[in-house]
Amino acid sequence: MSATGTINAGYLENLLAGQPQLPTSPLAWLNALRAEAVDRVGALTVPTLRDEEWRFTDISLLTKMSFHPVRTTISLQAADIEHFYIEEATTRLVFVDGVYAPQLSSGIAGSGVTVVNLEAGFTAHAATIEPYLGRLTEFRGNVFAALNTAFLHDAALIVVPRDISVTVPVHLLFIATQKDVVSYPRCLLLAESGSAVTVIEDYVSLQEDAYFTNAVAEIALLDNARVNHIRVQREGAKAFHIANCAVSLAHASNYQSVSVAFGARISRYNLNVQLAEEAECAVDGLALISGRQLADTHTCIDHAKPHAVSHQMHKCIVGGGAHAVFNGKIMVRQGAQRTDSRQSSRNLLLTNKAHVDTKPQLEIFADDVKCTHGATIGQLDSEEVFYLQSRGLSDTAARNMLTYAFGAEIIERIPISSLKCQLEQTVLEQTATQL
Amino acid sequence: MIYPDSKIVLEVRGLCATVNGTEILKGLDLTVRRGEVHAIMGPNGSGKSTFSKILAGHSAYEVTGGSVMFEGQNLFDLAPEERARAGVFLAFQYPIEIPGVINSQFLRLTYNTVQTHRGKEELDPLEFDDYVREKMKLLEMSPDFLERSVNEGFSGGEKKRNEILQMAMLDPRLAILDETDSGLDIDALRIVANGVNQLANKDNAIVLVTHYQRLLNYIVPDYVHVMEAGRIIKTGGKELALELESRGYDWVGVEHKAVAGAVA
Repeated sequence: MSATGTINAGYLENLLAGQPQLPTSPLAWLNALRAEAVDRVGALTVPTLRDEEWRFTDISLLTKMSFHPVRTTISLQAADIEHFYIEEATTRLVFVDGVYAPQLSSGIAGSGVTVVNLEAGFTAHAATIEPYLGRLTEFRGNVFAALNTAFLHDAALIVVPRDISVTVPVHLLFIATQKDVVSYPRCLLLAESGSAVTVIEDYVSLQEDAYFTNAVAEIALLDNARVNHIRVQREGAKAFHIANCAVSLAHASNYQSVSVAFGARISRYNLNVQLAEEAECAVDGLALISGRQLADTHTCIDHAKPHAVSHQMHKCIVGGGAHAVFNGKIMVRQGAQRTDSRQSSRNLLLTNKAHVDTKPQLEIFADDVKCTHGATIGQLDSEEVFYLQSRGLSDTAARNMLTYAFGAEIIERIPISSLKCQLEQTVLEQTATQL
Repeated sequence: MIYPDSKIVLEVRGLCATVNGTEILKGLDLTVRRGEVHAIMGPNGSGKSTFSKILAGHSAYEVTGGSVMFEGQNLFDLAPEERARAGVFLAFQYPIEIPGVINSQFLRLTYNTVQTHRGKEELDPLEFDDYVREKMKLLEMSPDFLERSVNEGFSGGEKKRNEILQMAMLDPRLAILDETDSGLDIDALRIVANGVNQLANKDNAIVLVTHYQRLLNYIVPDYVHVMEAGRIIKTGGKELALELESRGYDWVGVEHKAVAGAVA
């Protein structure tokens, strides 16, 4: 045990090494927040298989590698990254290895909607964001969120004022360009009462070597606000991606989220959603992995108040010797009567060596609720394959079509058509190469 | 319809097959020529559905003896998809539901795949749309079916109509209709039968596999075969079906045993 502790401490110290170089923020509370996060990193350890929340996900590979914060940023041209653009999303913030790239971004600032790098939002919004930034995420007990918070500097800030509906989707593009670099992407979205916005959180890479993305997103929906959150994790094949997202829904607000994970050697996504009275959320996910990839999704949907609705559909398509993990906790607290919660975990194994761990976890402390959940793990149905073959399709074409259809059910829930087509194409290509 | 000197489409000789080690077909003989409609009748468990699936190439069945020639070619040399491209079509007793695959995309992909292998032109989505809508009229199907997932949430009758629609698109040389009448109400049965009758011509052949005679009121067979214990034990004309309807199957077996006994 002590040996493990030492390795952990040294590892975390190394990760913290670049932290003192961060410029001091003009906001005292932000400096205090970072300092507290540094303390927490000192007190916490890197999780192992012995931790209940990590028992399926072995990240020892990550701790064997050394990553440093970005030293010199690479200057990219629009032409280098245009292929990542999403046609409909003309409002765009670009971060290169975690560093804000103003020349590639097209944010919005001013009296109305704010889509800027954090610093630029201080003048107008310092007081507004203080109750949320670093407060929605429970970084005190989470070493990766604490590390991210210790490095909190550049971040995407979106503030949508009361009763404003933003028609153009906002694209937050996080690009990895350097090997051995750890970056700390950060987002804060504040949707004020009655507002509506669609945000795409997109992780991509321009290189194939190992790097580490440690991201945190915080999303607050005030009364009656509506947020569409699309998360695309298409990191490089050797990347490590660990992300925490905390969402807080106030009265009668509505959060719709689709997250897809295609990339990274090891990825972990923790999503915590807290629902107030009459709030509604749909939390859907798709992991499509192969080779030696590991993709872990941990969600916690917390029905803290009565009359809230949550729907969740999570799918995994696992090829090669890959390993997918889904842990879906639904918490219905005492007094959260008339909760309506539906969860489904469906998993498709394409090979004999593919592996999935799925764990629906319902904790219900109220007595007048409607909660359903189900999990299936299976292979492609041979009768379905035969049916398609009997119509002239080859065995491969038949399998591709069925695998594609399995994943398309989640992709179709993305409300942006060009992104939907792009991702459907990815699913088609990935299934074609795997079979 | 029986045409003189018509070419043989399907020639089955002494076909034996097992599933999970159990012998289901025990020396089945059948000859089908172009233009003909054959009905294979028989009690449950006689091997009718097994025979249909073996013709289409289902991997759960193991052929242990005999031969099947399709248009002069050894059928067992062909993978299931190659049989489909060569002109074998099986209308399933229980068509599979495929959530997430839109019917129009599925129909177009199968149509174009088969066309390509037959050295014919593919159709682009617009051309295909016109073509499929025309064929759907044959089965009194609403165009809404094109936008739905394949067979998902279809009623029994809708699924069977979708099967015959695929038959219409793929233009087979040999169509095997496995219990196509099961689960159909009288209106759906009439529509499906009308569709099949319009698709029947002097160049193709149809094998109806059915338990009941009622389908044969609508699709009139040239030959009726009675199957029992993995073999065809009696062959007659359309009147045989009526006799089976009124007398049941037992007498055919008794008569067959008597004849077999006399020969021995």
